[in-house]
Amino acid sequence: MTLKEVVEIVNGTVLCGEESLDREVHLGFASDLMSDVLTLLEDDILLITGLSNNQAIRTAEMSDILQILFVRNKKPTKTMVDLAKEHGITVITTPYSMFRSSGLLFGNGLKPVY
Amino acid sequence: MHVSYEVRAGDFSNAGNVSSTVKGIMKKLGIAPVHIKRIIVALYEAEVNVVAHSFGGEISCVIEPDSVEIVVADTGPGIPDLELAMTEGWSTATPEVREMGFGAGMGLSNIRKNADRLSIDTGENSPTRINMHFALNEGESNA
Repeated sequence: MTLKEVVEIVNGTVLCGEESLDREVHLGFASDLMSDVLTLLEDDILLITGLSNNQAIRTAEMSDILQILFVRNKKPTKTMVDLAKEHGITVITTPYSMFRSSGLLFGNGLKPVY
Repeated sequence: MHVSYEVRAGDFSNAGNVSSTVKGIMKKLGIAPVHIKRIIVALYEAEVNVVAHSFGGEISCVIEPDSVEIVVADTGPGIPDLELAMTEGWSTATPEVREMGFGAGMGLSNIRKNADRLSIDTGENSPTRINMHFALNEGESNA
């Protein structure tokens, strides 16, 4: 699905990377544990997380993940958004929980990594 | 090419800066993305370990056309039981470290998985020195 569809499905707000909303993403991974994210070999992933700090952006950067969905209205700081912009990462927020977001995205065709 | 950087203990807001810088250098040098990813994942885990668990240290990288050698050396306090520390899921991370999204007990095993050769010199009340070797020839890589 495209990032634009992700935004629609989770009633999301795009904080940066609007120019990439036509990009396709095929896999989803939901975790607040960054070391778990760092075990993933794939990079065509939407990272779904409630961890709103610099390390979430850094972990995406190191893992070549280009899209992050922050759940439960987590508000990334300006530093985080600037860091994401620097590395071409699209940042989306949603009022939905991690469970609801993951369920909706899975139901609409986003595949699990495992 | 040889670069080295200081890593400060407890400086979570800057954890990852060294890995990000080294990633940029490797991209400019034209190293294949598949190698960059495994090298940087291992380096980032090691960098976070220095920030989270040590008194501070230094990261040095030697980048050659066919290999990358990374040494992560801190000034202590050391790992009393290395075998236990290499066990997936085992962690001594503080609540502060866990709040940063780390402390899942996957760091050292992630490093081992991504490096072609790994050696760790450590002990109770000792510095820890991690040597990671990455072969850049496709055939040699174990990742």
